[in-house]
Amino acid sequence: MKKWLNPRSAFGISLIAIALIALPFVAAMGGQAWVRIVNFAILYVFLALGLNIVVGFAGLLDLGYIAFYAVGAYAYALLASPHFGLHLPFWVILPIGALLACVFGVLLGSPTLKLRGDYLAIVTLGFGEIVRIFMNNLNAPVNITNGPQGITLIDPVAFGDFKFSGTTQIFGFALSGPQKYYYLLVVLSILVIIINLRLQNSRIGRAWQAIREDEIAAKAVGINTRNVKLLAFAMGASFGGVAGGVFAAMQGFVSPESFSLIESVMILAMVVLGGMGHIPGVILGAVLLSVLPEVLRYGVGPLQMAVFGKMLVDPESLRMLVFGLALVLVMRFKPAGLWPSPERKRELTGEA
Amino acid sequence: MDIFLQQIINGLVQGSIYALVALGYTMVYGIMGLINFAHGEVVMIGTLVTITVAGTMIKAGMPVVLAGFAGLSASVLVCMALGWGLERIAYRPLRNAPRLTPLITAIGMSIVLQNLAMMIWGRNYMTFPPLLPKMDFEVAGANFTAVQLIIVLVSSLTMGGLLLLVYRTKLGMAMRATSQNPAVASLMGVNINRVIAAAFVIGSALGALAGVMVGTYYEIAHYQMGFMLGLKAFTAAVLGGIGNLAGAMLGGVLLGIIEALGAGYIGDLTGGFLGSHYQDIFAFIVLIIVLMFKPSGLFGEKTGDRA
Repeated sequence: MKKWLNPRSAFGISLIAIALIALPFVAAMGGQAWVRIVNFAILYVFLALGLNIVVGFAGLLDLGYIAFYAVGAYAYALLASPHFGLHLPFWVILPIGALLACVFGVLLGSPTLKLRGDYLAIVTLGFGEIVRIFMNNLNAPVNITNGPQGITLIDPVAFGDFKFSGTTQIFGFALSGPQKYYYLLVVLSILVIIINLRLQNSRIGRAWQAIREDEIAAKAVGINTRNVKLLAFAMGASFGGVAGGVFAAMQGFVSPESFSLIESVMILAMVVLGGMGHIPGVILGAVLLSVLPEVLRYGVGPLQMAVFGKMLVDPESLRMLVFGLALVLVMRFKPAGLWPSPERKRELTGEA
Repeated sequence: MDIFLQQIINGLVQGSIYALVALGYTMVYGIMGLINFAHGEVVMIGTLVTITVAGTMIKAGMPVVLAGFAGLSASVLVCMALGWGLERIAYRPLRNAPRLTPLITAIGMSIVLQNLAMMIWGRNYMTFPPLLPKMDFEVAGANFTAVQLIIVLVSSLTMGGLLLLVYRTKLGMAMRATSQNPAVASLMGVNINRVIAAAFVIGSALGALAGVMVGTYYEIAHYQMGFMLGLKAFTAAVLGGIGNLAGAMLGGVLLGIIEALGAGYIGDLTGGFLGSHYQDIFAFIVLIIVLMFKPSGLFGEKTGDRA
């Protein structure tokens, strides 16, 4: 850590920075749809890093992570839309969403954290479903979530008069809505990456890793396993809440459909496929798994036309089929993920 | 009172189906500690194969009984082959991989099977051909149909047969030994690969049977039907104590009854605030409550640390 600002890494960092700044303009050449895809990739990086705290660092298998994302998204939607007539600014709502998600995390965590492994997985999964079912049905007799129709016309993120929706001119550049959100997301993600990096080597981070490796031993050396695990849950949940808020603002629309179990599973797949507990690996996994289905969406149709001259199979199902196969194949040939941390790789290959 | 009895009957029928599916999860989990997420899709494929085979035969003018048997056998055979293939291709190479790796593989296989089914059978709802005669019975003010009666009977018989297989045959003994300690079992001459394959094949056959029952009961099928069914069945298996056969059976029946009663009475209990569309949350709420007080399920033995 000490020498990270030597000339070589400074050069590397500036290269990455330039690439990150240029990316939305490059993506925009393919149309604003690609900027949105990039935005979602970054949002998933954010979510995957949040889940990485729970699954990767502390080793708690959480299959209901999307519930916290949902809580954040609905908190934003309810506090900044015509639904209740409230229009709070986003920097008030994001902390509220994070706090609310955190409370939910503790609520779920406190009774269930004594469960081990797969039992915890199924309970968190159940919790995620419960949250989704409530969002789907809390429109009667009192209309809170507007049911399956969801909430529309959510306010965009805004600093004073500077709105993140629509196109604005800055220094002669025309910045579209998605491009502005891109920069917001990049800043947030860098923040999360820094928090993750700092946590990893902190006292708490080591406590999490100790619990992951051997809970009984961790207890024996004086770690308060219950509180530390709860902290992992709460922290992961707050990240989910913030991501949910940004999602709601960016989309302008939330409905329970966005928070189904398959989303939790996808985020978990990003963490595991990339390399659990290894921050660059998780980022890679999130980017790959969020972009791959989109590339396939645009790729499989034309490819079939080119090869066979007609559509043989429905592109929509083919792309998910390829996606599923990709998951299976990566796990088959890279069981520790695409980019595992060095220690983990050593453990698996059996080198001392 | 008759509503109560009626809901108990409905719950019992739904519960027997859950129990059959739950057995597939629990056998695989008991032996190799894997949540086979793709099991729900196996059940779905079982239903859809029956629709194709039996439906075509009925359309061709063959007797319904013959078509029913052909459909059932076809779906059992296809699912057994599918279960065997899943284990052989997807899970066997990962036996010594980190714990979460096979879980992601299972999720991947589940996505693959669902989309394959969508390619083959399309994305619309399909009607299940009527294989059983429509008859109603009435006992003490509650109604039940021949279909319901047969579902409960057949699943009880099947489960009895499975218990015999596991506790009275050599293969069963090998399975129990493997679930206790695979390494020692293999030292005693048990062929681990065969035992695990057998668990997958038997579980899938039960799943196919459950799939046919779901089809006959609801008379409708869809490529996404396996997901929620699998989830509930897995919940049932955990409720009973995962890895425990009798636990999965009782957990399944219990879950079915709780759901039915919950859906029947939630409106009265909450003064109309929550309605029967909250049916799906009962499974999970009961699960969370049970696990809070009995972390290894209702009938599970205390297991070691699997995390």
